Amino acid sequence: MKKVNNFTWLIGGPQGSGVDSSANTFAKTCASIGLYIFGKREYHSNIKGAHSYYPITVSDKPVRSHTDSIDILATFEKETLSLHKENVVENGIIIFDKDYNVDLNPNKYTLVPLPFNDIIKEAAVKFQREKDYSKLQIMRNVITVAASLSILNLDVEYLIKTLESVFIGRRSKLLEINIFAANLTYEYIKSNSFNKKSIYELRPTENNENLVLTSGTTATAIGKIAGGCRFQTYYPITPASDESEYLEAHPEYGVVVVQTEDEIAAICMAIGASLAGVRASTSTSGPGFSLMAEAQGWAGINEVPVVIFNYQRGGPSTGLPTRHEQGDLEFALYAGHSEFPRIVLSPGDIEESFYLAIESFNLAEKYQLPVIFLSDKAIANSIQTVKSFNLSNVKIERGKMLSDQDLLTLLEKEGRYKRFKITEDGISPRISLGQGIFWNTGDEHDEFGHICEESNNRTIMFDKRMRKMNTIIKELDVSLKYRMYGPENADYTLIGWGSVKGPILDTLEELNKYYKVNFLQIILLKPFPSEEILSLIKNSKMLIGIEMNYSGQLCNLIRKETGIKINKRILKWNGRSFSREEIFKGVIDAINLDQEKIICKSGI
Amino acid sequence: MAYKISDLKTDYQSDWCPGCGDFGILNAIMSALVDLQLDLNKVVLVSGIGCSGKTPHYINTSGIHTLHGRDIPFASGIKLANPELTVIVTGGDGNTYGIGAGHFLNAGRRNIDITCLVFNNGVYGLTKGQASPTLKLGMKTKSLPLPNINEAINPLVVAISCGYTFVARSYAYDVKHLKEIIKQAILHKGLSLVDILQPCPSYNDIHTKEYFEEVVNNSKRIYKLEETGYDGEVKDPNNNEEIQQKLLQAIAKSQEWGEKIPIGVFYKINLPTLTDRLKERYKKDINPSKDNIEQNGKPTTDISKLIEEIEVKRYIRG
Ligand SMILES: Cc1ncc(C[n+]2csc(CCOP(=O)(O)OP(=O)(O)O)c2C)c(N)n1
Ligand code: SF4
Ligand SMILES: [Mg+2]
Repeated sequence: MKKVNNFTWLIGGPQGSGVDSSANTFAKTCASIGLYIFGKREYHSNIKGAHSYYPITVSDKPVRSHTDSIDILATFEKETLSLHKENVVENGIIIFDKDYNVDLNPNKYTLVPLPFNDIIKEAAVKFQREKDYSKLQIMRNVITVAASLSILNLDVEYLIKTLESVFIGRRSKLLEINIFAANLTYEYIKSNSFNKKSIYELRPTENNENLVLTSGTTATAIGKIAGGCRFQTYYPITPASDESEYLEAHPEYGVVVVQTEDEIAAICMAIGASLAGVRASTSTSGPGFSLMAEAQGWAGINEVPVVIFNYQRGGPSTGLPTRHEQGDLEFALYAGHSEFPRIVLSPGDIEESFYLAIESFNLAEKYQLPVIFLSDKAIANSIQTVKSFNLSNVKIERGKMLSDQDLLTLLEKEGRYKRFKITEDGISPRISLGQGIFWNTGDEHDEFGHICEESNNRTIMFDKRMRKMNTIIKELDVSLKYRMYGPENADYTLIGWGSVKGPILDTLEELNKYYKVNFLQIILLKPFPSEEILSLIKNSKMLIGIEMNYSGQLCNLIRKETGIKINKRILKWNGRSFSREEIFKGVIDAINLDQEKIICKSGI
Repeated sequence: MAYKISDLKTDYQSDWCPGCGDFGILNAIMSALVDLQLDLNKVVLVSGIGCSGKTPHYINTSGIHTLHGRDIPFASGIKLANPELTVIVTGGDGNTYGIGAGHFLNAGRRNIDITCLVFNNGVYGLTKGQASPTLKLGMKTKSLPLPNINEAINPLVVAISCGYTFVARSYAYDVKHLKEIIKQAILHKGLSLVDILQPCPSYNDIHTKEYFEEVVNNSKRIYKLEETGYDGEVKDPNNNEEIQQKLLQAIAKSQEWGEKIPIGVFYKINLPTLTDRLKERYKKDINPSKDNIEQNGKPTTDISKLIEEIEVKRYIRG
């Protein structure tokens, strides 16, 4: 019996050789027949040559994570074979260049040697481009994808449709030759009956759910546009720049994007723009976020709304620049000297990134403070089919922002405008530069914003700002604080934040065949919803923290905020996000082994 | 009704040392505003950290007293978010040419339409007189235990070479001259630097009022470029030859320091500002602060095209 519509396909190759575009073409084609996709982009901090790979998990049910095991390994280079063949399942398919001398066990795998060079030559001759032969090597990508899809018995028409959507504009002149190569590949596979040997198959489905196939950075960028962000700064850094570049590529939405001289300028410019009444943000990763520490304190003491998007990657220092980690939580909670109000929150996946990006601007303006949006590389660079974005429930809330009329009324009543007027909830009426006169200073200030070192004022003003943290905890909707998945009153509660959500949700059903397990995803990390979390976890038989960092930073935070010690931690810090299998085995081990830490290491 | 200097004063008490050059600069800024009669709601003073950084608190326009060295990025964000605002930066020499040097330089590349007034006193005033980047090698102010071990930078040359389109120097105690230069700088469309020689009586006993105003060879050490027939303005920004000549002239002139010290406009050219360049890129006037992003609490931005780009398209054969 064939396995239909459920498998993991992986393509690998040297960086810059087209691995990403192959993966996107494959993913798009599978999505076009109604399937769900999760793809994880794994690459080296290098431009050309180093090994990169891209597994695409395909399913007829929603899918949110990758698997370690590979059903179909497709490549045109040797390194991918040697690195990944161990992960190919029994009877899995391996597609490779027939000119390579490889030592693969034909009894274990379905081997598909492909005549890449012959196909490219034939296409070159047909299109009279023999002298471009070396340039045409890029067609190895389309050949690999075509071979995969024809082995999976999917009609070539579907691939051609995708190619037509990919080879547009400047690249449209390459469409014909690519289609030709795809057809040749299909003929080759069929004439050698490789499709008959495959235990996997793709079949178009009736599913017509409204989906988008997108990455974390794109979803976040679109969220920003929808949420009214009109000023974005950045200094180039992986994996954050993609988001800014997306905004830059869409000037029709009027977002002013500034590539600054460094991340200090990036955050300071964003704060400046916000002072002029514009929703402003900056996007960065660890090294840049570190440089922003001082200015965050300035925004805190001056109560300026600004949203800082930190796409975490492997640290410290440059660490693993293109790899994944959730190592910045503790730093984000405390970045900058002394204490100031701020919000730290974290989306769990691509879909949440869109809505939470919008919400971040609402929170920043309502509570007049810096909001740190802690995303990560695994969200930024993955692609996934998610429910199409819908704005019908989305609100734009600008808080106590005064209109010109409001300001006039206030001036009539109170005489002078006080930017830092003491209020019960800690939030003062806000005006923008250009509307009226006010002062800001990084020094402690009085209600007008003038420097003030007077001791009583200090006591009162500090407390006024910090009071907003209580207001937030009181006012915020629970959906912005945490989410609970799985059975209520489970014996075992998994706790995580950020991108661990995907692989956990993808294993929860399987785990519940053995144990009663649920999952608590924390979204709001500061101010911490201590009371709520405490009541959710205090009766659990066992708490298992799952985090992509060395020490279990969320576990430590929960201990601090609730007094509850999380005794089991599934941790990983090798730069490669958790696979589904790892979470499954990790939870089983955590439950059964007398061991506080389960360290995961999968990934190449 | 026109406003006067007295209208511009805040009730915030100044805490500069008696005799500090900053008072002259404060007066000049206020006089320039009075002359120009700009709408005070639309004027923003942005300062860094230092004695100089306190300036905005003394003037009745909005004042954003930022971080040490970061005033230019704050000011740039403000200007880009609302180009209708007049944005004036007041920073110290340590602030702007030292810790903020990267911003000082890169602002030039943008030719953003803001005015940078740098209070150049040769020392880090507020931290008690350490050497600033404009103090020359071997100099020992009374605040230094040993002579300065570093060479100085020439801020005018730096500004000219990285794209400032208005580069001038003035002197804190010549309030009239300084006021005129500040007015020109504000009115100039593009990025302006006014490096202001500012005596700091508390820590810099070399560059004092007496030093700057000393008569050397029958005239004051400080002299005005415009009185010598010097003309730093490029009349035709499309004329490369003229640009080259004026650039070289300005750089040569800015080397003059010692017996004679020139003040005035060293270089000026009219070139498209960042806002102009953005207008070209976006094909419309860009003023993000005027963008209506919501109506009755609902987002007004239509993102359907963006969603369409990433939407999964179903292909049904046949
Ligand atoms: C990041 C940072 N480092 C150091 C300081 C301490 N600091 C305050 S003022 C100042 C120097 C100011 O010198 P300058 O910019 O020349 O201004 P002046 O006081 O001379 O007007 C320094 C170093 C600071 N505020 N912030
Ligand atoms: S230390 Fe110097 S610059 Fe600062 S206020 Fe005193 S005299 Fe002025
Ligand atoms: Mg100084």
